[in-house]
Amino acid sequence: MTGRRSAEEIGSTPTGPRDLPPLGPQRSVPAPEEVDTVLGSGLRVVAVRRPDVPMVELRLRVPFADTSERDDSAHAAVAEVLATTILSGTSSRSRVGIDDDLAGVGGEIGFSVDPERLSVSGHALAEGLDTLLDVLADLVLAATHPEDELARERERLVERIELASAQPSVIARRALQERRYGAHPVTREMPRPEEVTAVTADAVRSLQASALLPGGSVLVLVGDLDPTDAVARVDKALAGWSGGQAAPLPALPELRARDLLLVDRPGAVQSQLRLSAPAVGRTDPRYPALQLANLALGGYFSSRLVENLREDKGYTYHASSSLELDPHGAVLSVETDVASEVTAPALLEARYELGRLAVVPPTDDEVESARRYLVGSLLISMTTQAGYASTVAALAAHGLSSAWVREHPARLEAVTTDEVAAAAAEFFAPTRFTGVVVADAARTGPGLRALGGVEIP
Amino acid sequence: MTSSVTAPARGLHRRVLDNGLRVLLVPDPAAPVVGVAVHVDVGFRSEPEGRTGFAHLFEHLMFQGSESLEKLAHFRHVQSSGGVFNGSTHQDYTNYFEVLPSAALERALFLEADRLRAPRLTQENLRNQVDVVKEEIRLNVLNRPYGGFPWILLPPVLYDTYPNAHNGYGDFTDLEQASLDDAAAFFDAYYAPGNAVLTLVGDLDPDETAALVDKHFGDIPARAVPTRPSFAEPPPDGERRESVVDVNAPLPALALGYRLPDPQADLPGYLAHAVLASLLTDGEAARLTQRLVYGDELVTDVSASCGLMGAPLDARDPDTFTITAVHPGTVDPQRISGAVDDELATLAAEGPDPDELRRVTARWASSLHREHDRLMSRMLALGSAELVQGRAELADELPGLIAAVEPSAVAAAAGSLRPDQRAVLTVTPGGAA
Repeated sequence: MTGRRSAEEIGSTPTGPRDLPPLGPQRSVPAPEEVDTVLGSGLRVVAVRRPDVPMVELRLRVPFADTSERDDSAHAAVAEVLATTILSGTSSRSRVGIDDDLAGVGGEIGFSVDPERLSVSGHALAEGLDTLLDVLADLVLAATHPEDELARERERLVERIELASAQPSVIARRALQERRYGAHPVTREMPRPEEVTAVTADAVRSLQASALLPGGSVLVLVGDLDPTDAVARVDKALAGWSGGQAAPLPALPELRARDLLLVDRPGAVQSQLRLSAPAVGRTDPRYPALQLANLALGGYFSSRLVENLREDKGYTYHASSSLELDPHGAVLSVETDVASEVTAPALLEARYELGRLAVVPPTDDEVESARRYLVGSLLISMTTQAGYASTVAALAAHGLSSAWVREHPARLEAVTTDEVAAAAAEFFAPTRFTGVVVADAARTGPGLRALGGVEIP
Repeated sequence: MTSSVTAPARGLHRRVLDNGLRVLLVPDPAAPVVGVAVHVDVGFRSEPEGRTGFAHLFEHLMFQGSESLEKLAHFRHVQSSGGVFNGSTHQDYTNYFEVLPSAALERALFLEADRLRAPRLTQENLRNQVDVVKEEIRLNVLNRPYGGFPWILLPPVLYDTYPNAHNGYGDFTDLEQASLDDAAAFFDAYYAPGNAVLTLVGDLDPDETAALVDKHFGDIPARAVPTRPSFAEPPPDGERRESVVDVNAPLPALALGYRLPDPQADLPGYLAHAVLASLLTDGEAARLTQRLVYGDELVTDVSASCGLMGAPLDARDPDTFTITAVHPGTVDPQRISGAVDDELATLAAEGPDPDELRRVTARWASSLHREHDRLMSRMLALGSAELVQGRAELADELPGLIAAVEPSAVAAAAGSLRPDQRAVLTVTPGGAA
């Protein structure tokens, strides 16, 4: 044991502390070659040449909202089954045939739905682009949703929903959506098991025929491709896809400030805190300043929430605030998961940090750090084919193009500390928020009641 | 002492500093970003008895400041340079890394060197990070269904010795007893420069970067490098069964665990198991997916994995091949393991169809291309391959090696997964109780 150093000895050297090196020059990169066009069917196609690896990434976003305006609408359940059984077979391919054809070109394709849209994500070796498009066209135009496959997929889906519904994060998300938006279709992110069980093959086929439409949809291809040629291939492969406009999500009800709702989860050893308030989206002139204020609060690790709740108090592994964007607007979401015994203290600290951001605004240093992080992480996220494709698809769904991303660093650079302070004061005051606490009510109720601002059923 | 090696695809420059630090320099000018990673040759298999979870707790402490950096400064400097960071603790190694705009290359080297030279280990930070780690464990294990399934729950069934069998996240009682002296001893024993690999990937000039590496890491004094213990133990001599109750789980689950070949001694045999895992459960047409999900309708989901932590070649011997399934309560798990045995026996006897094998290897190639398109993933793969398997080049050669796996090798791999040499873990829902 002789010669072993103490912790104190380990932490210092004869040289002493050293100075942080400055940043060097930053190389910029030219925009990649891109074609962004709308086909005769109304489908917008964006093709981008990024030949870093011999792959191509595909994203398709189809607005796919429930337009029934009925509280008992089966849309969410039918859409969820559709997204599962669409891979079960087409008039010319079996389920295994679809997978074999994709695997032959190193490809995969996946369908998912949410209250806003149906999303397809796929990729293949670049040489397999035609196969990937051919399979996509076959699924969109000729999926059969066979009865026997559908019956089985319905059962599996019910099991998966039961699995997911046991996750605290899913319980909290559902409770938050209902607290924020009542019965609006946007709350139906995951159907109930009994709704899924009632879905028929006819309902699925009918929804596919009436709602899976090219008008207003966007297809993005990014990879080792020639953009003009790729668009021509899409035009040819999807020539049979027509039929009109896909259904966008109706505007959300205005988010109102309310007490948080305590949702009991007996026996929970950890509590989910979810707070939310109205915000503004990408095209609002206040958006860059709001983004920077959000970063300073909890948008990254070096933020007030993380430094307080995690690094000072040890209440949590993660705490964050983020902007959730939808086609009509945006909301702020603050969330953290904390041990049951510190639920009320953690809520107190979260509210304190919201209030502090509004009245003790981010300093020049905090703003500059957030700015550098946003510009840098945006650059990093666009360095992969998959990241580029997902970003362009998300922007396109909001009617924006890749130019928005290229121009965004300049918008961020132009924001002043005063503008960030104004956004902080406008958007982050704790009195603007609503939300939920999912927790063991018996253990956390007394503390939350003492703190106030929490509705305890 | 300096040596250089060039890999076929893209340049890979290898150096060793006088203090023993191994350095990999991999220029990749595709985008103006750089990645810096330090892989240290210690994982949770090396943590002392009575200190379960210590390797991971220590990883947290390495983010808490160093001689030139106050608490929180590391995070702030990486992020205010536009970068992202993380660290992770595996069976045999711990990594620390950041990806940043290339302007921040020297800054990242400074940050990594400062904590490898002189981390600031304090009582206050230790107690704070014990609390944070406990919340991480509640989040990922205790408060969710199937937490730690199978990576924490299966090893104690398959293995006998403490290094291989214990919980790498740690017991709360052990974490609470961790002391500052433990931390100092752990750092001195394992975080010697000669026990680490520094990997740099991205928009960098190899010569200029080598000089910056010397400037920041060169004066870290050499220390004794620990002798790496063998974690070898005999394979199980029968089928070992255990059952656990999960109060959060809505459905029962089953995990089968088998021993993998030692990748150092038998790389082709090991890779045949990686291909086998894909043949069994990757995609709708995969054999176990077809049989268990669509054919016999016994399970909701099934997944095979070569390696306990989800990625092949991530650990030294011994490592684990797993098959996991979630299934309805009406299904006897014996029927599931019986069907798995059937499918393995068929593959062992007949081997895979050549077309089936070609499709699996095409998917592998494409998934590796996608992984390598992400600088962070490629950097971590290169660093762990260098440290764990002794050859960074393996990370880039993997698509070719996978494509070269013969049907007979896959058949042999299927035959090696024997019912009388495995662990069977059943998870029973306990929520209704």
